[in-house]
Amino acid sequence: MRKPIGWSTIIIAALVAVSAALVWRRDGTDGVLDILTHDLSLFSGILPRVLAGCLLGAFISEILPHEKVSRSLGPKSGLKGLLIGAAFGAILPGGPFTAYPVASALLAVGADFGATIAMVVSWTLIGYGRAVAWEIPIMGTDFTLWRILISLPLPVLAGALGRFVYVRLYPKPLAKDDES
Amino acid sequence: MSAALLIDILLWGSVFGVGLIAFRRGPPVFKASLREGSMDFVNIVPRIALGVIGSGYIAAIIPQEVITGWLGPDSGWLGVATAVVAGAATPGGPVIGFSIGTVALKSGGGVPQVVAYVVAWALFAFQRVILWEIPFMPARFVWFRCAVSVPFPFVAAAIAMVIGKP
Repeated sequence: MRKPIGWSTIIIAALVAVSAALVWRRDGTDGVLDILTHDLSLFSGILPRVLAGCLLGAFISEILPHEKVSRSLGPKSGLKGLLIGAAFGAILPGGPFTAYPVASALLAVGADFGATIAMVVSWTLIGYGRAVAWEIPIMGTDFTLWRILISLPLPVLAGALGRFVYVRLYPKPLAKDDES
Repeated sequence: MSAALLIDILLWGSVFGVGLIAFRRGPPVFKASLREGSMDFVNIVPRIALGVIGSGYIAAIIPQEVITGWLGPDSGWLGVATAVVAGAATPGGPVIGFSIGTVALKSGGGVPQVVAYVVAWALFAFQRVILWEIPFMPARFVWFRCAVSVPFPFVAAAIAMVIGKP
């Protein structure tokens, strides 16, 4: 995976510091502490799932046959690779703590950005998990099914756009994708 | 049985399943991936901590009313663009996102704008990106994925305009 501290972490940390300062100015020390205790309990609650996600990602990248993955999801996998990525994202169970570690594992064993984008976008737009648990109860079945129908072509289109841009931005394959 | 418990059973069941497959490839394979997974966990925890604790503060300075205000009755493409920004800036989890969408629909928001909002929320909601996507994925992938996803809430709104209401 990645280095512990990269530019993204620094930007987020700066954003957080500014926000916390604004909360402090508005609500005082109590306001800052309220949010901190709430978020700390949230944090301890999700830690086991993060561990499970990491183990899942590590096992999957170990047991997946690398040549097969890079053939079916790699840069030369064509439309079929994007469709496989999108189908995989749509059926993947669990939440973000499974989707992102698995996507990261796919990248590590030879899937390209295009197929991985198709997978992530499909998980978030078409995946049944969030739709069944939240969207249908809150927004209603009609709206949800209609919204999913509209979203059907998007994962493959996003993956195709990603692949199209990627080969033009990075014409030569980079040695390592871990840069942050 | 609660949904959270079901998710945990499913999650640890999958870990156990793939772990078993790795174990049958031989104990060294199993041990190596166990070690790698644990190291990933150790490396990710600080970033998740920053994401969880930090996004609470970011959420606190973007109240829900601000987002609801952005999803006003402004129809047309300007409304779609505002809805996209609102989706990305919506604090909190799916309950808040979908509730805001429902409120917008009931208070006369246009259907294409609400579709753009829900799709943009699914693609860009900042708390999910900060909390989950950035810690787990290579940073370059996350920024790239977000950048190439920008047109798609607009595409969804356009499809909604063409095919009409649900």
